[in-house]
Amino acid sequence: MSIRDWPIKRKLTAILLLISGLVLVLTSVAFVTYEVVTFRQTIQTHLATRSRILAANSTAALAFANEADATEILAALRYDPHTVAGALYDRNGRVLATYPARAAADLIPGAPEPDGYRFEGGRLVAFTPVAQGANQRLGTLYIASDTKAVSDAIRLSGIIAIVVLAIALLAAYALAAALQGRISAPILALAETATAASTRQDYSLRAPKFGEDELGTLTDAFNQMLGRIEDQKQELQQHATRLEQRVADRTKELEHRNEALRRNAAELLAANNELDAFAYSVSHDLRAPLRSIDGFSQVLLEDYATQLGDGGRDSLQRVRAASQRMATLIDDLLKLARVTRAEMRTEPVDLSAMARDIVVDIQRAAPDRPVEFAITPGLEAQGDSRLLRVVLDNLLRNGWKYSSKRPQARVEFNALEENGERVFVVKDNGAGFDMRYADKLFGVFQRLHSAAEFEGTGVGLATVRRIIDRHGGRIWAEGVVDQGATFYFTL
Amino acid sequence: MNAGKILLVEDNPDDVALTMRALKSHNITNDVIVAQDGVEAIDYLFGTKGRPAPTDLPAVVLLDLKLPKINGMEVLQRIRADERTRLLPVVILTSSDEERDIIDGYSLGANSYVRKPVDFVEFTKAAQQLGLYWLLMNRTPPPPRGP
Repeated sequence: MSIRDWPIKRKLTAILLLISGLVLVLTSVAFVTYEVVTFRQTIQTHLATRSRILAANSTAALAFANEADATEILAALRYDPHTVAGALYDRNGRVLATYPARAAADLIPGAPEPDGYRFEGGRLVAFTPVAQGANQRLGTLYIASDTKAVSDAIRLSGIIAIVVLAIALLAAYALAAALQGRISAPILALAETATAASTRQDYSLRAPKFGEDELGTLTDAFNQMLGRIEDQKQELQQHATRLEQRVADRTKELEHRNEALRRNAAELLAANNELDAFAYSVSHDLRAPLRSIDGFSQVLLEDYATQLGDGGRDSLQRVRAASQRMATLIDDLLKLARVTRAEMRTEPVDLSAMARDIVVDIQRAAPDRPVEFAITPGLEAQGDSRLLRVVLDNLLRNGWKYSSKRPQARVEFNALEENGERVFVVKDNGAGFDMRYADKLFGVFQRLHSAAEFEGTGVGLATVRRIIDRHGGRIWAEGVVDQGATFYFTL
Repeated sequence: MNAGKILLVEDNPDDVALTMRALKSHNITNDVIVAQDGVEAIDYLFGTKGRPAPTDLPAVVLLDLKLPKINGMEVLQRIRADERTRLLPVVILTSSDEERDIIDGYSLGANSYVRKPVDFVEFTKAAQQLGLYWLLMNRTPPPPRGP
């Protein structure tokens, strides 16, 4: 684990120990250095004192070059266990006496060196002048002392320093461990609260405050933030609840509406099915009696023609005409019903081609009528081709039918653009109609001409309108009596 | 003249009378057997306990669709389902020209679909043409071999 990732407790303890350790080590080094320096000065002073006493005592022996005395004096050095060697040199630098009396040659320098004290090869050596009065130099005293006392002193102060260091560090560690809590505890509590709040999403938690220091301020700020988050969360929750309620309300409302729609659809389906059954029944059952009426009228006309007389025959012919007309009406009504019931299949339809087809049919049925059909090619639309064929068939046949009294009958099929919308136009130059009755044109069984003038049931245009309605389009007509009629439709 | 018979399946006595008249007036002298509903037609074709099925099948069946008990479509289905009658010519002769009926009729194997005209003159023409065509011009399939 890198130091960066250490827990705060450990970091604080480590910092405290590092600082106190550094201070203690510096202090110990200073202490030991001071000890050593002081001790060396002390031994030097002691040696100087002893040397000066011995030098003073040696003046007589040197003045008389009395070797025995000199040796005797030097022997006193044995009372100092640290003194390893000593020597007296005469005025000419020759050795007069040594300590120990028969000292090894390497212990005693051959000639006196300059006066003074110095540490030399692990020893402290002192060359002290021996003088009579102020100026009369008699010789030099040499004393060498080992430095064991110094190293002993260094060792001792080192040991003391190490022991003190250890105790102080231990104490520092104990104190650091005890005191780091003051700083780390609020931080740890803060961290714990933050973790708990974020993992449990519980923003009602509050971090405990330990004091009024910066950590206390931090804790306060953190708690305030939690409080604000809690408030906002509550507000959000309230919004969400209100929203859910609204969604639920809307859903319920929609369900009600859907239910109503389903009911309507079911009702419509039922009505449609009923209409279907009704139409089916009509197509089978309503024509049968008409057949009987027409058939037996014909039987009467064939078998009892003479008995009936002109009046009777005329009446029966009228009965027959009426029943046949009734049959046509029924057929047209069934067509209208079929248009309503038929399933729509939307596809692109070439209306021009369809119109040409229908015209061929019309002309084949009545080749002796010279009617000019003008069909603009390439008119296309989207729609159910079968139903659109019924539309065009009705409109073109109407044009053909109502222009029958014109010597130069003409029927047109084209299209124009009106407000960006394509409007298809079927126009004839026939009987036309009075615009006052324009709104009646598309009603079931509504006719603007008598059957004697132009035959018809008044169902065709109603059927056309129904189909246009089912395509979502509009249909309207313009007409002038005896000038012609124009039908417009959109899809 | 061919000895083929016509089986007229028709519940309306008026239509029966008019059809018979139309056929007779055009010298179609063949026997016309009338079944007044689907059950009678099936009984005639397939026989009952009391009376066995006829040895000769009719040359053509003129079948109305709206019939009591068993309707025309079902009769047609039964005819086509039976080995002995599956090739029997059946002409649907009815009042309706509902697309549904035409499609169903042909789907079930009708040979023709004719709508009865209301105009009796037209009706007579139609009946005559039917008689002439199915009795005289049309070749009926050979009777299936007995088991």
